[in-house]
Amino acid sequence: MRYHTPSSFEDASAIAAAATGVTRFLAGGTDVLVQLRSDLVTPDDLIDIKQIAGVRDITRRDDGSWRIGAAVSGAELAEHEALIAEWPGVVEALELIGSTQIQARCTLAGNLCNGSPAADSVPAMIAAGATVNVVGPEGTREIAVEDVPTGPGMTSLRPGEVVSAVNLPARGESGGDAYLRFIPRTEMDIAVVGAGVSLSRDGDTITAARVALGAVAPTVLLVEEAGAALVGSALDDMALAALAKAAEAACRPISDKRGTVEFRTHVAGVLARRAARIAYDRAGV
Amino acid sequence: MAFDEEMDEFKVVGTRPDRPDGIDKVTGRARFGADATAPGMLHAVIIRSPHAHARIVRIDASKAEAAHGVKAVVTRADFADGLEGENWNILENLMAGERALYDGHAVAAIAATSSLAARDAARLVEVEYEVLPHVTDVDEAMQEAAPVIREGAADGSVPAGMHPNVVRCHDSGHGDPEEGFAEADLVIEERFTTEATHQGYIEPHACLGTLGPDGRGELWCCTQGHWNVQKVCAALLDVETSKLRVTASEIGGGFGGKTAVFIEPVALALSRKANRPVKLVMPRADVFRATGPTASTSMDVKIGMKKDGTITGASGVFRCQGGAFPGAPMEFTAMCAFAPYALKHVRQVGYDVMTNRPKQAAYRAPGSPMAAFAVESVIDELCNRLGLDPIDVRLKNASREGTKASFGPSWDRIGLVETLEAAKEHPHFSAPLAEGAGRGISCGFWFNHAGETAVQLALSEDGTVQLSVGTPDIGGSRASMCMMAAEELGIPYEDVRTTIADTATLGYNEISHGSRVTYASGLATIEAARDTVKKLCKRAADKWGIDAEAVEWRDGCAIPSGPNAGDFDPMPIKEIAGRMGQTGGPIVGHFEATPEGAGVSFATHIVDAEVDRETGATTVTRYTVVQDAGKAIHPSYVEGQYQGGAAQGIGWALNEEYIYDEDGRLLNAGFLDYRIPVASDLPMIDTVIVEVPNPGHPYGVRGVGETSICPPLAAIANAVSNAAGVRMQDLPMRPSRILEALKARS
Repeated sequence: MRYHTPSSFEDASAIAAAATGVTRFLAGGTDVLVQLRSDLVTPDDLIDIKQIAGVRDITRRDDGSWRIGAAVSGAELAEHEALIAEWPGVVEALELIGSTQIQARCTLAGNLCNGSPAADSVPAMIAAGATVNVVGPEGTREIAVEDVPTGPGMTSLRPGEVVSAVNLPARGESGGDAYLRFIPRTEMDIAVVGAGVSLSRDGDTITAARVALGAVAPTVLLVEEAGAALVGSALDDMALAALAKAAEAACRPISDKRGTVEFRTHVAGVLARRAARIAYDRAGV
Repeated sequence: MAFDEEMDEFKVVGTRPDRPDGIDKVTGRARFGADATAPGMLHAVIIRSPHAHARIVRIDASKAEAAHGVKAVVTRADFADGLEGENWNILENLMAGERALYDGHAVAAIAATSSLAARDAARLVEVEYEVLPHVTDVDEAMQEAAPVIREGAADGSVPAGMHPNVVRCHDSGHGDPEEGFAEADLVIEERFTTEATHQGYIEPHACLGTLGPDGRGELWCCTQGHWNVQKVCAALLDVETSKLRVTASEIGGGFGGKTAVFIEPVALALSRKANRPVKLVMPRADVFRATGPTASTSMDVKIGMKKDGTITGASGVFRCQGGAFPGAPMEFTAMCAFAPYALKHVRQVGYDVMTNRPKQAAYRAPGSPMAAFAVESVIDELCNRLGLDPIDVRLKNASREGTKASFGPSWDRIGLVETLEAAKEHPHFSAPLAEGAGRGISCGFWFNHAGETAVQLALSEDGTVQLSVGTPDIGGSRASMCMMAAEELGIPYEDVRTTIADTATLGYNEISHGSRVTYASGLATIEAARDTVKKLCKRAADKWGIDAEAVEWRDGCAIPSGPNAGDFDPMPIKEIAGRMGQTGGPIVGHFEATPEGAGVSFATHIVDAEVDRETGATTVTRYTVVQDAGKAIHPSYVEGQYQGGAAQGIGWALNEEYIYDEDGRLLNAGFLDYRIPVASDLPMIDTVIVEVPNPGHPYGVRGVGETSICPPLAAIANAVSNAAGVRMQDLPMRPSRILEALKARS
């Protein structure tokens, strides 16, 4: 195994593009190192991106949008009051992952690139309309988060491509987001179902809404019908029922040791409703 | 009562000093199983079957043996031949013979110069299997079509006509339950199931062993009982017991799971072959797959009750699955089931059933928690339907001193009624319940055990004391031993150092199991201290020129027993110790015995729980443990045992389970999907120590470690059932199961 510490994403990309064996990028390592230790993946080239300048910066741009470096940890995100004020759902989603120790390492970019359908931060990022900056052999591109995962453990990133940052759009007036997950315990667990909701209000009326579900399909789902069910409503019971129905209809889960098809489908509707209520209240403040 | 009044005169017992091993443990100085090294040490890896049941056609280790760094490979052929009984079972479990009997069953082991080299070489071992039909469920294993795990494994207790997988049977009771049911106003009969749960100790099994060509060996290992390890290793490797010295490491949790032997003979066999020390540390997945969880169960319980709450009759059938070997604790399940109640008509039947799962091992009050789950659930349902108070009903039927126990003997002095009364008076029991919350009550019982015990207490020249005991400290027992020695000798707690001696230092000590340590090693410590006091008094008497009988020991000094004995100043222990070399030599007290009189222990638990009706998730909101300790030597560590039992019970009741796929492979061999509770899953667990002294111990001690896990499954199930409005009869009560039950009701 070769361990690399490039000083730019271009170099990181070049190392990965030239590699012939198994390649992994290392940010927090909370997935990669576990996979390595449990003999699931033994990389030939391990490319640590933490030496790259700006990789741990959280920046609010003039237009109100945000850039979060690929190696920003959950603990750093959770201490950023301005970001929490605007995107509490994204922050709480990443914060749910693992223990205090894991929080010191885990990242949004890593959570996304690991490709797990149960990744906690991914539904929150998709609901928020987040994108990622990607550096590759053919230059840089920006992709919507929902376009990154393609199946369990798989992404649309091409050989040599590496995520350099996560972008969150400007929150704007009267917006709010929330993420909820269901786990059998209270901590230290993996989502059986996850639901992220982001919405904007004009008075009591919802003007825009995005709903994303985790752990109910091979990839995290952006459920456009669920968002549409909320728009124009004041989150009344009918809208919530329509939201739950749309969420349930979108589910294509499997039965496994963590939950059955029936349970996951039902709970997806429950969590979508609960997350919508929280997002709605946050948007009203 | 004089005995009870003596209990009030303690100076050290009943206080809460810091544990002597505390600083070592919080600073990382304590040495656990994997912390040992030796010059030239090799690292071992065990190769395990991926099949639930398979004939081992061929093992070809030639490529592995030729690999870089590999120094030895062992298979079954490298162990003793011709073993019988439990020794054969242990060997068959830790190294498969003709067949792999469960997913994770060891088939070979490798020792190499690094753990990486050993892991790489393990992949080169070719094992050819012929996969056989398997069964993992206890009820299925008893059906005609089930594959036979081992022909002829059943003993004479099994009635004719049962499936060969039923290998032992227990049948006890008195009266005629049918007659009792006829007298009842309401009879309820229900089936209950529980899944296998693992003890979940945080420290994996680990050892470092050396066995030379001369048959002499040294073994360092993490165990609850190193004399047992010594005995088993000697038998399995065909060496003389006394030639193998075993030292117990610090232990990161055992809960019964480290009473069994899984890896030590393998490390020694590799060492013998390579003539080098061999270290073996189990990966976590192996701990789940190949060490012993407790039994899973299927139980039918029938109880009749009158409108006034009198239980008129009770019967139960308890089927316990203990993996691919005999030994599931079904007799304990059966015997504990109705133990809290004075019954005229009672019968309990237990079956020990073999399946293609790992060999079960003891887990904290083996068999009892499941029995309480079934019995106390039925009693709760009877109370609900008859509109009776759950504590009043239990008090009305409670076992008391002199009552004939459900399994035969008459009870000596016991404290069940006192725990029920304390529970009834506790503010928790009368606290209002939140909307949608439920409350559950349960009693629980455990026998407690005494066992072979040897202790030595050596006086140092400065008057401090070195106490050697042979029971690994799995729950703060060194503190309790120091306290009991200090109490007897009249010296400060800090002046006693307690060491867990190795097998070459003391006589045989049984395993730290059966909640026996504070009782048995405590009793032995007190007796060894009294033996020491006699010797101290003799030295003073010799000095004073009076009879030894005329000298008393008080507050750490020898004093004349009265005015007639003579007028001498008190002679402190330090003075006697400082001169002992000149006055007759070293002063050492000792005690060896198999004490009888480990007092049984009862508990009553109160639990509040809330159920999320949309997701089926349970929150335990309040928990109170009331338990009879006889006499709490160190109340904080007694409370810790109470809380620990409740915490493990919460995990067992709500989320912990062995999950197998259709091929009999374990799907959750790790702490991510084998869900023991995390701190945030638990409420603060309140404790009440009831003290009804055990007449069989000088201070009244009863074991406390196991009884605390007997009531939780039932108490939590009763709370959840009352919150959800539907009776939960299968554990764990995972959210999906509760949601299904709620849906089925509506």
